[in-house]
Amino acid sequence: MEKVIYLDNAATTQVYPEVLDAMLPYFTEYYANPSSVYTFAAESAKAVNHARESVAKLLHAKPEEIYFTGGGSESDNWAIKAAAEAYGEKGKHIITSKIEHHAVLNTCAYLEKKGFEVTWLDVDEDGKISLSDLEAAIRPDTILISIMAANNEIGTVQPIREIGKIAREHGVLFHTDAVQAFGHIPLDVEEMNIDMLSASGHKINGPKGVGVLYIRKGVKIRSFIHGGAQERKRRAGTHNVPGIVGIGKAAELALDTMGERSKKETELRDYLIERVLKEIPYTRLNGHRSDRLPNNANFCFRFIEGESMLILLDQAGICASSGSACTSGSLDPSHVLLAIGLPHEIAHGSLRLTLSEKNTTEEIDYTVEELKKIIERLRGMSPLYEDFVKKQQN
Amino acid sequence: MYSEKVMDHFNNPRNVGEIENPSGVGTVGNAKCGDIMRMYLDIDENGVIQEARFKTFGCGAAVATSSMATELVKGKTVQQALEVTNKAVMEALDGLPPVKVHCSLLAEEAIHAALWDYAEKNGIKIEGLNPPVNDISEKEEEEDY
Repeated sequence: MEKVIYLDNAATTQVYPEVLDAMLPYFTEYYANPSSVYTFAAESAKAVNHARESVAKLLHAKPEEIYFTGGGSESDNWAIKAAAEAYGEKGKHIITSKIEHHAVLNTCAYLEKKGFEVTWLDVDEDGKISLSDLEAAIRPDTILISIMAANNEIGTVQPIREIGKIAREHGVLFHTDAVQAFGHIPLDVEEMNIDMLSASGHKINGPKGVGVLYIRKGVKIRSFIHGGAQERKRRAGTHNVPGIVGIGKAAELALDTMGERSKKETELRDYLIERVLKEIPYTRLNGHRSDRLPNNANFCFRFIEGESMLILLDQAGICASSGSACTSGSLDPSHVLLAIGLPHEIAHGSLRLTLSEKNTTEEIDYTVEELKKIIERLRGMSPLYEDFVKKQQN
Repeated sequence: MYSEKVMDHFNNPRNVGEIENPSGVGTVGNAKCGDIMRMYLDIDENGVIQEARFKTFGCGAAVATSSMATELVKGKTVQQALEVTNKAVMEALDGLPPVKVHCSLLAEEAIHAALWDYAEKNGIKIEGLNPPVNDISEKEEEEDY
């Protein structure tokens, strides 16, 4: 393969050289455990605190409200399970949506088995929850609302500010899985009344294996990983110093570049969407047209199946992903695409392209041209397309 | 993930297309689980399969097993074609990942469905052939979170 065109930035991103440079000294030079007493450890402790400040700044939080974790999934598990445990006496009702990431979905399903009651809010055809549905679902025993900031598959951004306001008015804790939104769109935990927020390093050009849980001061959730006294006794385990430095540096860069980066990505995204919808027939865009992540495009191409499309794109040097059953390891296509009301056979033909600021118009042009050939080829061997064409002729 | 043979049959599928006025045609699978195979057979007066073509909606393995199945039944008698099992298709492709074994079953069923149609059209009974079961249907399945 000559050159890879990477269009799967929602899966993970490249670690930026500046981020790697910031991390490297903490492997070989300042390798001390930041919890140690001697002066040599002070450099590591300083680096962790600096990273905490950078992440806090990106979220408009206080540094002492930022807790480092092993990643987005851990943050989601911690927030939801610990909230259920801490507030279980007040009530056993949790509200979430049908299009959450599996880290939230499966955690809530787990709690359901443990005696909690979960309301799974529907979304409309664009993937948005209804605020009146949310408000109507709140009961005296509701202890937690967990709604993602932006969807990982279709990119739809939820009305987080309004959700936060409703949660606050009803005195219900509000957690948001912001793994896809963090560093990509503005988030302000104060203005948006967010009580807990999950984020990850590797979606913003930082390293994998490090995440963040923001916990508002006063929210009384306890430890999820028990052990030492790290992270103000709330998250045990020796600090992953290089990883934490990495997410801190990535957060710093993300804050500095957000405006320009998001403008560039949005322009490229809209160019891609317009070309695909115009030049490939029987295609639909999934997700909200404008309230979506700057780098996300998600399409369904009728009559074809996603995995075949991914293999052929791969052979053309293009990295992408799909919500087809074949790529999810189950018989059902993506729960998100089903939740926005797509029939199974259309959901199987989905393609997600997630851009970075480094992608070029030339890469998008090449991708669209390859996509046209691939879709024509797969439709040529599709019995569904054959039936459709015959129906049209009659 | 896939063997070289699977990739070869996916990239250069043999016998893609339709047959006009086929001796038998069968469609199996359903769009809900993401695989549909349609097999066309042209069978001569001696019961020998002269031509086999297919159309498939599905993953890489579904395309490759359809392609291999058409190759395996060509030139065979109806009785011999019945012996082209999913195992034979898989072996000819140097194996499939475990989650894709159902694709080879679909290929076997597609052959059977086309043969059933041939038998129906000609009012004959083929020893050992059962009516196709896995036709396109909207089976209701449990949502699995």
